Formats: sequence, C-alpha cells, structure tokens
Amino acid sequence: MTTNTSEQQAVPFWRDERYLQVIIQVVLVGAVVGFIYYLIHNLVTGLEASGQPLTLSFLKQTAQFDIGEKLIEYSRASTYARAFLVGLLNTIKVSFLGIILATILGIIIGVARLSNNWLINKLASIYVEFLRNIPLLVLLVFLAAGVFFKLPKVQHAVALGKIAFLTNRGVFVAWGEPTASWPFYVWALIIALFVALVVAVILIRQGRETGRMPLYWLWGTVAFLVVAAIGWIVITLATPQPPLRLSLPELAGRNFKGGTSWSPEFMALLLGLVIYTAAYIAEVVRAGIQSVSKGQREAAGALGLSGFQTMRLVVFPQALRVIVPPLTSQYLNLTKNSSLAIAVGYPDLFAVGGTIINQSGRAIEAISLTMMVYLTFSLITSLFMNWYNQRIRLVER
Amino acid sequence: MSEPVIICRDVHKWYGQFHALRGIDLEVDKGEVIVIFGPSGSGKSTFIRTINRLEEHQQGTIIVNGIELSHDVRNIAAIRKEVGMVFQQFNLFPHLAVMQNITLGPIQVRKWKKKKAEEIAMQLLERVGIPEQAEKYPGQLSGGQQQRVAIARALAMQPQIMLFDEPTSALDPEMIKEVLDVMVELAESGMTILAVTHEMGFARAVADRMLFMDAGSIVESGPPSQIFENPQEDRTKLFLSQILQH
Repeated sequence: MTTNTSEQQAVPFWRDERYLQVIIQVVLVGAVVGFIYYLIHNLVTGLEASGQPLTLSFLKQTAQFDIGEKLIEYSRASTYARAFLVGLLNTIKVSFLGIILATILGIIIGVARLSNNWLINKLASIYVEFLRNIPLLVLLVFLAAGVFFKLPKVQHAVALGKIAFLTNRGVFVAWGEPTASWPFYVWALIIALFVALVVAVILIRQGRETGRMPLYWLWGTVAFLVVAAIGWIVITLATPQPPLRLSLPELAGRNFKGGTSWSPEFMALLLGLVIYTAAYIAEVVRAGIQSVSKGQREAAGALGLSGFQTMRLVVFPQALRVIVPPLTSQYLNLTKNSSLAIAVGYPDLFAVGGTIINQSGRAIEAISLTMMVYLTFSLITSLFMNWYNQRIRLVER
Repeated sequence: MSEPVIICRDVHKWYGQFHALRGIDLEVDKGEVIVIFGPSGSGKSTFIRTINRLEEHQQGTIIVNGIELSHDVRNIAAIRKEVGMVFQQFNLFPHLAVMQNITLGPIQVRKWKKKKAEEIAMQLLERVGIPEQAEKYPGQLSGGQQQRVAIARALAMQPQIMLFDEPTSALDPEMIKEVLDVMVELAESGMTILAVTHEMGFARAVADRMLFMDAGSIVESGPPSQIFENPQEDRTKLFLSQILQH
C-alpha cells in the first residue's frame, strides 16, 4: 500500500493548492487588464478614425443654452464647464437637503414603528410599506405632474397666511432680505458660533470630569441663539435698521415679487427623494434599535436608569453600530437617485450633462465626467462613514 | 423586630391566558438569604423579576423597603435604586469598559461624583477579584469574569437587596465556582439575597430558607436542612431526587 506523503512523492504544481491560488489570480488579472485594454484601444482608434479624438477642450466652448435654476452666475454665453458646475451645484443642493430631511423623517418614522401606540405604529408601517413598494420614478412623476404642476395659477395661489403661496410656478415664501447692517450681523453670527463652541467644549470637559455628559449640543445651540439675539438687538439699536428685513411675497402683475421661491421641479424632486429614502432609513433605524437585546434595556432599568437615559446611554450607542453602514448606502442611494431629476425637469448634473451631449456631441467625455463626479461623491461619503463606523465599533476578543 | 424588607401578598401574573404566578406570599427579613428552585417554567424567574418591576404583576401587593410597587413611576425608580439584579446572560453594556459599566448607575442615578464612583467601583472590583480588568471591555472577558463584573455593577448602587436570576446557568463549569465564591462572601456579609439557582451546594452553605416553586406557586419552603433531609411534599422529593442523582 502506498500513501501520498511529501516524503515519498512530490505533488505536481498543478495539484498544489498554493500554486493554484497564485495561478488563478494571475490568469484573472491578465484577463481583466487585457479586456479593458481592448475596449479602450477600440474606443480611441474608433474616435480617431471618425475625427473626434478624446479631449476635454470642448468644455471651454460657449454653452448656448439656458438653465432654469442656478446657484451661481450663468447665461447662454457661459462655457460648458460653467454649465457643468451649475448642474453639479444643483445636485449637491438637492442631495444635501435631501439627506438631512430624510434622516430626520426616517428616524421619526423608525421610532414610531416601534411605538406601543397602536395608531402611530400602524400609520408608520403603512407609510413604509407604501413608499417602499412604488418605484421612485413613478413617485417623482406623480409629485411633479400630479401635485406641484397642478397647483393653481399665480392669480389663484393657495395662500398660507401671508407668508407662503403655493402656485404652479413654484412655492413662494417669506424670506429675510439683507439690509445695510447685514455685514455687521455676519460678524455677530461668527461670534455666536464661537461662543457656542466654547460652551460645548466646557460642557464636554465638565462631562468627562463628572462622568455625566450634559446635553452639550442643546446648550451650545441655546448659547448660539442667545448671542445671535443679543447681536440682533444691538445692531438694530446702533444702526437704525435690523440686519434682515422680512420680505413677503406679493402678487405683482403675473408673478410674485419679494420673498424667495422654490420651483415645482425642485420641490417635486426634493420631496420625492425625502419621503422615499425616509421609508428605507426608517427600516434601518428600526432594525438598529431592535438589534439591541431586551436584556440590555432590562439591565439599564434594573440599575434605575430612566427610559430616556436608557435610550441615550445604552440603546442608541449600540444601535448606531448597526445603523451606520446601511445608512451610508441610503445616503449614496439618495445622491445617485437625484439623477432622476431629468424626469421632472430639474437641471441637475445628469440633466445638464444630457443637454451638453446634445449640443456638443461629446457623449463619451461628458458622460464619463458625470460618472466621475457621482463616483467621487459616493467615495467621499463612504470614506467618512467608514471612518465614523471604525471609531464607534465594539471591542471584542 | 423590624419590618420585612420584602412583602409579597397574593401576587398573581398572567401571560395572556397562561397563569404564571398563582398567589405568591412571601416575607423576607433584612439579611436573609433565600434560594428559589424548581423545574423550568415554574415561575421562579418571573417571580423575582416582579420584585424590581421587570415584570408587572396584575394582582396582589408587593412592598419593597416600605415602598409599594404600583404604576407610579417614581415608586418604581425608588425601588430599582435599592434592588440590584444579576442576570443569567450577564447583560453587561458591550460599548462601555468595565469601569464605565460599574459607574454608570451611581453617576447617572445616584448622582455621585465620577471620582467617588470610580473609587467605589475599584473597591468592588477588588472584592470580586478582578481589579486588573477595569479598563477592558466586556467582550474581552471570560464568562465568569463578566458575571463578576455584573455583580460589582449591581453592588455599586449600594442596594439593600440583591436578586440573582440563575447567575451560573450560562457559565462553563470551571467558572461557576469563582462566581459562587463571590455570592457566598456577599451572603456572609449580611446582604439580603433572593437567588434563583440550582447550585445546591450554595444553598446548603448559605441559604436561610429555600423555596420550591412549581406551576406558579410556592410548593414548599423551609431551611436547607429540612428541604434536603426531610422534604414534606412529593413534588419536592421527586425534583430533588432528579437533580441530586448525579
């Protein structure tokens, strides 16, 4: 009888698992690199043959098209690069506001789903089940075509007191208008921010000392508001006018003047993204809180901690570890889903990119740039959230 | 003769249709050590959990330290301050180091200064024999060490009464002794203890009274000598013969 031991017989390399692992990886890498090289080579030679080599120089040409909403100066005479930037800022605007609002709404609904109150619990469940089971695109089109564009004409606007008017041209709301003393007030706000930070730092330091962390963000906010209010009064008394004057929207001819306005496209997109993503965030929050075992709550209760203390000191810090990773992917989803703006006519990065492609014919360059931008957003968000997750992870053996 | 620290009169509890506690009467004097045993599902854990309101009783009276357990949240909070509890699954807070686990209650509930709380926590860690683990996290400790931290955590609140809910049932055999040693020392120091456990050696050594529970009632009670040598009830005899056989 023979046994296959290394002393008796060397294993041939094609059966040696150490070699096999390396060989498989080398072959795979070679195949992937070869395939990508083939694609790029094909693209470059194809474009050269058609007289359109890959270049970004078209970005300096004049755009010659209008964009409905912009956060920076832009006109038909601006460059494609500028148009791109306008779209980029619009995407950032809607994603940033969307993430904040969706998080707030999501947490509220997630906690409501765990409520013992039958009515609140069921309402939250219905919300989540309804919104998770309709496509976002359908929801956006409904909100745009069915709600915001169906609002009455400017002349018959739905008035909410004197401060807000809902019309098919957008939502007009009262807004503070800077006066001559506004620049001074900016300094007051900076001082207020500084005071708030000092208060928070002192409280945190005190909390470390006593082991009982005060609600430093709450007191910091209070400090900020107090200093800001004092600044307001002082400046109003010193210069004869307040830093901001209330500007009410008023009907002037065929449109509103004064205040500020949000377009129906923007409102539809923002609202759609927020209520849709909030449904998912609610589930993430619910799962996170439920992941903390009942024993943890019982142990905290047995020590005499109140319900709020149990939540703040025991349940939430543990739930956060479960919540953060899927929450990250919801933030990324919201940002990427904002490209559906094109369906409601909001000029985001992707929509502007589409117009640029139509005008310049530079499809590959423009779409690559667009992809790069989304990729960069996502990677930055991921990096930040991973760093945060690393910081709060549990120590185990 | 002072008032008993725990008075239970005709305590009933139902889970839906299931009648979990069927009229428990018990008075516990200060410094008494009581061991509760019985088959699983007999209501032993449920009963000691009603004493600090982790379970609500639906009928009868429970008075702890002169305070009646009612729906008044202030009473519940006052009683929980005076009653420490140790769980079968330890239930340490995994996101806090051992030291923070122990000082959380004293700092947040008793409103002690951090320094004082930490000094007392350190004394307790020495008492349970693991002062060197203060900076570690629960996940880095063995089961026996975790349970000893849990005992220190409960003691840090300086309770009048300690409840133990099967404190050694989730432990490996070699770790049971280290936990029991701590419990024996605690019993000998004069602490009032209610322990649900099947550690009959512990019961024989330190219990003043043993309660045998079955189907939601106290079937038999008496000092260990009587329970072990001369049980009166057939059910007690049967159960003891089953657990003492090996």
